[in-house]
Amino acid sequence: MKKPLLPALLPFLLWLTSLSALAAPDPALVRQLAADDNADKIAAIQQLTAAAEPGTARLLQAMADDSLFVAGDRLFIFDGEHGFDAVSGSAADLPEGADSVTVNNRLRGELSNALAALKLFDADRNARLNATRELQSNVGPELADVLGKARAQEQDAEIKLLLDLAYAQATLQDSDPAVRLAAVQTLADAPTPAIRSLLLPLTEASAESDDKVRAAAVDAIKHIERSLAWGDTLAGIFSGLSLGSILLLAALGLAITYGVMGIINMAHGELLMIGAYSAYAVQSLFRAWAPDYVDWYLPAAIPVAFFAAALVGVVMERTVIRWLYGRTLETLLATWGLSLILIQAARVLFGAQNVEVANPSWMSGGVELLPNLILPWNRVIIIGFALFVLFLVWVLMNKTRLGMFVRAVTQNRAMAGCVGVPTARIDTMAFALGAGIAGLGGVALSQISNVGPDMGQGYIVDSFMVVVVGGVGQLAGAVWAALGLGIFSKLLEGWAGAVIAKIMILVAIIVFIQKRPQGIFALKGRFADQ
Amino acid sequence: MSATSSAFPLPASGRVPLTLRVFAALDRKAWIALAVFLALALVVVPVLHLTVPESSTFHVSAYAITLIGKIMCYALVAVAMDLIWGYGGILSLGHGLFFALGGYAFGMYLMRQIGRDGSYGADLPDFMVFLDWKELPWFWLGSDHFGWAALLALAVPAVVAFVFGYFAFRSRIKGVYFSIITQALTYAAMLLFFRNETGFGGNNGFTDFKRILGHGITSPEMRLVLFGLTALTLAATLVFAAWLVKSKFGRVLTAIRDAESRVMFIGYNPLWYKLTIWVISAVLCGIAGALYVPQVGIINPSEMSPANSIEIAIWVAVGGRGTLIGPVIGAFVVNLAKSWFTVSFPEYWLFFLGLLFIVVTLMLPQGLVGLWKKIIARKGAAA
Amino acid sequence: MNAATLTAPHNEGPDGSAALGHVVTGELDLSHGVALYLEDITVSFDGFKALNNLNLAIDAGELRCIIGPNGAGKTTMMDVITGKTRPDSGKAFFGQTIDLTRLTEPEIAHVGIGRKFQKPTIFEQHTAFENLELAMKTDKRVWKSLMAWLSGDDRDRIADTLKLIRLDGEADRPAGLLSHGQKQWLEIGMLLMQEPKLLLLDEPVAGMTDDETMRTAELFVSLAGKHSLVVVEHDMAFVEKLGGKVTVLHEGSVLAEGDLATVQNDQRVIEVYLGR
Repeated sequence: MKKPLLPALLPFLLWLTSLSALAAPDPALVRQLAADDNADKIAAIQQLTAAAEPGTARLLQAMADDSLFVAGDRLFIFDGEHGFDAVSGSAADLPEGADSVTVNNRLRGELSNALAALKLFDADRNARLNATRELQSNVGPELADVLGKARAQEQDAEIKLLLDLAYAQATLQDSDPAVRLAAVQTLADAPTPAIRSLLLPLTEASAESDDKVRAAAVDAIKHIERSLAWGDTLAGIFSGLSLGSILLLAALGLAITYGVMGIINMAHGELLMIGAYSAYAVQSLFRAWAPDYVDWYLPAAIPVAFFAAALVGVVMERTVIRWLYGRTLETLLATWGLSLILIQAARVLFGAQNVEVANPSWMSGGVELLPNLILPWNRVIIIGFALFVLFLVWVLMNKTRLGMFVRAVTQNRAMAGCVGVPTARIDTMAFALGAGIAGLGGVALSQISNVGPDMGQGYIVDSFMVVVVGGVGQLAGAVWAALGLGIFSKLLEGWAGAVIAKIMILVAIIVFIQKRPQGIFALKGRFADQ
Repeated sequence: MSATSSAFPLPASGRVPLTLRVFAALDRKAWIALAVFLALALVVVPVLHLTVPESSTFHVSAYAITLIGKIMCYALVAVAMDLIWGYGGILSLGHGLFFALGGYAFGMYLMRQIGRDGSYGADLPDFMVFLDWKELPWFWLGSDHFGWAALLALAVPAVVAFVFGYFAFRSRIKGVYFSIITQALTYAAMLLFFRNETGFGGNNGFTDFKRILGHGITSPEMRLVLFGLTALTLAATLVFAAWLVKSKFGRVLTAIRDAESRVMFIGYNPLWYKLTIWVISAVLCGIAGALYVPQVGIINPSEMSPANSIEIAIWVAVGGRGTLIGPVIGAFVVNLAKSWFTVSFPEYWLFFLGLLFIVVTLMLPQGLVGLWKKIIARKGAAA
Repeated sequence: MNAATLTAPHNEGPDGSAALGHVVTGELDLSHGVALYLEDITVSFDGFKALNNLNLAIDAGELRCIIGPNGAGKTTMMDVITGKTRPDSGKAFFGQTIDLTRLTEPEIAHVGIGRKFQKPTIFEQHTAFENLELAMKTDKRVWKSLMAWLSGDDRDRIADTLKLIRLDGEADRPAGLLSHGQKQWLEIGMLLMQEPKLLLLDEPVAGMTDDETMRTAELFVSLAGKHSLVVVEHDMAFVEKLGGKVTVLHEGSVLAEGDLATVQNDQRVIEVYLGR
């Protein structure tokens, strides 16, 4: 267990040593660190920390690193090469037969708190900030004094706020009811589950004798629970949005092909899979040829995935789907056959196991909005990406000639053909577009879920449900349905579990279709049911 | 659709007893074929299995009996699928659910018949002991009675099909919408059965069966009884289906398939017609499942996977939908190919199956039966 | 009361009632002489009003022609009467008592309204005989269909109707193989087999030869009196041949009503048809 201190810490140690001439920890307390009884040791640590003399930090750090030795009634610090006297800090040779001061887990906890408390007086703002962050949980009353001292000195508003919270935690058990009341009131603004459980005992008469404090604790818990509930709900909505954006990417392509050709492409999920494997392939290429830029493989994968999936889509349309025009149920079966072939091809090419597609470093981590609400960057970026793709599709469908043709064929194929729309070419292009969008969805999916040959299978039903609920050929319908289904199923999941949620969604959709057979945004009129 | 030569000359009109109508549903050739099939299954196979020594080429192995018995169950499912798809024009991608429900219902009885011979030697089935359950859930009550289990195997698929079908058909969900929703239905059920808490053995489902009605389930005699029972059921189902599609009900059904709105405007309510054939089809699947489980010795939620259900459609398509012999032929061809592929070229099976889906829909819309008819017609024209 | 009475007078309705012009089955009450009554019917699709406060009354035994430019709401009106489309507001009564807005399509067929579609809709896979058999008035519930077996009388009725629509030589051919005009006639024959009180006929002579058109007109005229007929048609020669009152629809409501000559001289009608 003996680890030499990191060389990087040496300048800091030297600085501490230079201070040691001015003041030093109480020698009696230092000796007590090597006491037989753990309780005595803890008492010594707490008192040394409360005094906060220079040199204490070094001493305790040594103890935490198992570098504190005892020989008779003298203690030494030994950093692997040199020995120092534990009280004065001046160089001293370690005597033969010196024993390491034993430190158990409980002591280690004490020590790390104590060290953090001592760093509260560091000149460096970041060091202080980190130390206060470390002291946001498990703060015992023993730290009250030192926290109070640090709070009085602190100028930085952010750190001061955190110190207030830590101080409040430390003074929750104070003998003065007024102090306790102030502490409870401060903590009411810190909505974390940990604070809640900390305050919980104070609501009981057996633990808290003062009525006012008790009432304040009850209020504080209510307040915290309200905030927590908000956080949970927001977290549910956010993960629903994130699921919804994936569904949207999967369903947009399906909505276009279903709208234009009236067919369900059961291999649509496999187009997602192709997009995800494209991301994997591009990542592998970057790792092999441009390891320095590997973080940027993802933007490069986007066009690759789009064109790979679009190409497969064109081949599917030209070789199979075109020949089944008007026979929708047969198309369902034939495209299922295509999906089996694509899955098996992926198994043969890439192996049956899932492959690893890593988040680029700029996508890892997240932003913390509430103590129980952290938005991971990869999901935030995927939502943004889905909106971006949606915008592109909207522009394409509403502002270009191709889009006009596609809409024309969706509404009345025969008439569109009569007025000179090349319906066969529009079919191919619409199919390529739908496939390409699915490929983009695959890239997004590769960032948040496993990439394997079967990954597309789970999405065909869900994305078709989006099309059903949204209404055929309706971009806006697909958007609302995707987000609605995503959020609804995530909220239900939190409440009833994933399986029951899935079943409830299915039942809800069947009930919904009873009321609105044509979806949210229905095409009405004489052509609607033809 | 035109009248074929029936085995019995019937008056063209007037009161005709139902039994005679059923006889008239098949022509003479079909009755002979059916008799030959039953003779093979009930006499020849048992004799060859029990009396001919294993070394002989004429010996029918236990493996072969189980395989053919299993495929006959599939053929039964295929006929059920054909009634709803080939005649009703409704493509279900969730028929595996009804098959599995029948299998699970009868499997409950088989689990109870294990008695204390399970690994834990307890009264409860092993998986319940494993979950630390103390007593049977309410829906297991009565499952130790053969009759109740057999009734459940019919009633559960019927009730599920009725409830789902009523709402789906009432809201006039049809075409691909209906297909996808049935797929979602079986998918949701699969997820439900995967859960241990659902009470049907979770991932592993039911297996390690010991006996039926006190007789060992793996004995040659039991194997032959199950085999013969399956053959009889298949034959009876074919006769029943032939009567059904030749009745006026069958004509209304195909009329709904071809022009549903016209059917409504001449006064038929398609809801009840569709629902009737849908429930009949589901019950037939349930029977097939109940016969399948004791022969194969296992039932688990993977039977409800969407891929399984959609495979049923390809059996029907390969054989030829809208005919009754087609699904039987299709089930045999595809499943024999499957058992050959999975032994010889396991990697290529999915490629083959995928191609089958594409080739049959593109080039053989009437299936093998249609191809056969074409060849006959061409020969007739040439001669 | 059924169509076969035209050529086979011996054949009475299934309940034995003689054909007496009107009133036979169920609760159809024609006591005030009105067979169909539409009041203030409005149907809108996404803000577009396909029918706009439409009012229409058809007398028992009347033969009424409906004309109007494309998009005037003729087909939507038929959809409302037969239950395919529910009106946003307004009343639709069959006789005095039957509220059509509360019935489903099969129920409406049962109370005695038959409809012929613009595009001939027959069962192409079934024979002509089977098409008529399926349409024949009888108990159309599932169990009855399972047990159904044609009686000798039923076969006679079907044969009579086949003769009437001149398809007696084509009885066993799949209907899909018939010519367009024959399909139109078969659909009319199916309508007659239903023995409806009110027949809605959407462009019944489209695609017929002149000879067939004239014979169709004769048939319709002979049906009037015993049945009420509503005929939507563009062919003015055919409308003239039918005689009867003419209603002009425009933008979802009635523009003019009267005999053909009056309507044709109406200034507003001329404007609608010729444009301004």
